[in-house]
Amino acid sequence: MYRWDFTPIWAHGDLLLAGLGNTLVLTAVALAGGLPVGLALALARLSGNRLMAAPAGLVIEVFRTTPPLVQLFWFYFGLPIILNVEMTPYLAAALTFTIQSGAFFAEIFRAGIVSVDKGQSESARAIGMSKAQAMRRIILPQAVKRMFPAMMERSIELMKTTTLVATVSYADLLYQANELAQKTFRPLEVFTAAALLYFVTITLVSALGALVERRMAQSGEMTR
Amino acid sequence: MTYRWDFTPLLDNWQALAMGAVGTVRLFAVCLVLGLGFGLIVALARRSRWRLARWVSIGFIEFFRNTPVLVQILWFYFALPMLVPVEITPFTAAIFGISLNSAAYSAEIYRAGIQSIEPGQWEAARAIGMSGLQTLRRIVLPQALRRVLPALTNRGIEIFKMTTLASVVAYIELLHQGKLIASLNFNPLEVYTVIGALFFLFLYPLVRATYALERRLARSD
Amino acid sequence: MDTPLLRLAGLDKRFGDRAVFSGVDLDVKRGDRIAIIGASGSGKSTLLRCINFLERPDAGRVILNGEPVGAERQRSGGTETRYDEGSLNRLRQRVGMVFQQFNLFPHMTALGNVMEGLVTVKRMARAPAGERAMAELARVGLADKAEAYPAHLSGGQKQRVAIARALAMEPEILLFDEPTSALDPALVGEVLDTIQALAAEGRTMILVTHEIGFAYHMATRVLFLAEGGIYEQGTPDEVLKAPRRPLTQAFIAGHRRFSF
Ligand SMILES: Nc1ncnc2c1ncn2[C@@H]1O[C@H](COP(=O)(O)OP(=O)(O)OP(=O)(O)O)[C@@H](O)[C@H]1O
Ligand SMILES: [Mg+2]
Repeated sequence: MYRWDFTPIWAHGDLLLAGLGNTLVLTAVALAGGLPVGLALALARLSGNRLMAAPAGLVIEVFRTTPPLVQLFWFYFGLPIILNVEMTPYLAAALTFTIQSGAFFAEIFRAGIVSVDKGQSESARAIGMSKAQAMRRIILPQAVKRMFPAMMERSIELMKTTTLVATVSYADLLYQANELAQKTFRPLEVFTAAALLYFVTITLVSALGALVERRMAQSGEMTR
Repeated sequence: MTYRWDFTPLLDNWQALAMGAVGTVRLFAVCLVLGLGFGLIVALARRSRWRLARWVSIGFIEFFRNTPVLVQILWFYFALPMLVPVEITPFTAAIFGISLNSAAYSAEIYRAGIQSIEPGQWEAARAIGMSGLQTLRRIVLPQALRRVLPALTNRGIEIFKMTTLASVVAYIELLHQGKLIASLNFNPLEVYTVIGALFFLFLYPLVRATYALERRLARSD
Repeated sequence: MDTPLLRLAGLDKRFGDRAVFSGVDLDVKRGDRIAIIGASGSGKSTLLRCINFLERPDAGRVILNGEPVGAERQRSGGTETRYDEGSLNRLRQRVGMVFQQFNLFPHMTALGNVMEGLVTVKRMARAPAGERAMAELARVGLADKAEAYPAHLSGGQKQRVAIARALAMEPEILLFDEPTSALDPALVGEVLDTIQALAAEGRTMILVTHEIGFAYHMATRVLFLAEGGIYEQGTPDEVLKAPRRPLTQAFIAGHRRFSF
């Protein structure tokens, strides 16, 4: 029978927590970048202008359809060759996950926007609003409320996907766990602890999201 | 600035890539069957009469959905051998991680599908004397599966993408072979472009088919 | 001669290869109240929506106060009319519209709905915009519902807020597309009363309706649409009481159960 021993992990707990911190930073950066990128891609795809819609559609489909790990390797190992620049793990990861989550957010934005009744944009246009005003004042505020659950779900997927950066040596939680496992020869305890840390963090984030969602539903006078 | 793309090393190594492709497809096929199959069992346990079965299944779903699949694969690869005295190959570890993760996701899909069937369907079947199990098998599941087919297809596509994670534990699949070729020929740009393109060319038709399926089901409902 | 407030000249509209109407001419003078009637699918809504360009006419011009909307250009195959967004937005401020389905903005209060155009389109400051909006709500009898969200209003109240929203822009013409068709019969009256009050103020309006009796009392002129155009027109007495052409006669006969 295996004798569990978590003491070496307590001793290096700060390492895991620092890793968790880096995971959260990367997630936040990709989220902050991915939301505007996603909105821009969605608006371009819905613009009705082929010169904008086609490239936006291509970016969206490619980043949704190819494996994230291949994307990360492409940005980390491949892109510096074209651009002739130094690539850091952080930069490669931030780029990959910003564009990738942007591609997923774009489809959520798009679905939200087209789900708003056509009469809404018509009555906005009928009082003289421009397309941009109607989008900003009338359509997006209604769409965003509906999109919130999908956005939340995608953000959690994003946080889980950031574990891939461990493969290019960005010191996230998984990378730190792997280091620690090798240092302490206690892979069972270390990986179990890491899994639990992820579980607790992600469960907390989704619970928070569910809470916000319920608040929005309660205060939401928009349910017809 | 003007980098000259050179695909010859990749063409020369087509056999290594082909071997990787076989590994990818093999892992995908196993995980697809196990993941979607086990998911159905978990979904049924989730609505079982027995509280214990419900709790176990909820715990399973929550745990595997709320931890990253790469952590799961590495756990099965590095941690599980400490507990059980069997050798865990990269293939086994990847199967465990990807299948269980996919089971948790697909269980939620099945559940949503079963819940979407109107109570009248159950009542009508019970009214002609069918048992609960018969109703589930003959009336509810066929309709529910039809409704969730697009979601399941999406899951399948996700499983295919997830197979690349097995390269982290050195299972021989496409990305692993790509890494190898790139490190020998110093051509990561070409390699990862080609690997990405291969995945895209294979998966995109499926993505389109799923869209079409969604539209068709939306119309017929 | 007075220039008409609104003139439609040779308006065509197709959807794909199906023509909805062609060559529609219409003059609307200040103070006119025009009721448009016709069978379902005869193009009543489409004609109304071409006036404020929610639909683009395929040919012909809309002329407001003597100024044609859009710019004509010579093209190899003839002339083509180009419409730029800015001028359409200005036109729409001068032409108010009330929809069958109300289309209130569900994320804004009744007051917010009425203020919206004043603040974002007319760039009024919030305080005076709020005062104006309150006055409009009071006019339709809903001052006490200013803070209510659309979800908490009855259908009739929603439509009255929608009318206030259109009025707030101080339009020169009001377009109504079957404003009472989506309402419970019990709520139709309050909306018709509101429209009647606007008519009494001498406002110019075009009303698509199935309420033949209301059209008779309210309108100064009635148009009957059929066969891809204005099939018959005249005073309410002429068109509704003594129609001359067969399709109009059949249509009115179908509505005889309404008393005038
Ligand atoms: N966006 C559209 N695309 C294609 N066809 C349309 C569109 N809008 C209207 N039509 C068609 O144009 C014709 C006229 O429609 P319209 O809505 O103007 O009729 P209507 O007289 O208002 O009818 P109703 O009394 O039912 O409201 C109909 O045959 C309709 O199907
Ligand atoms: Mg109509």
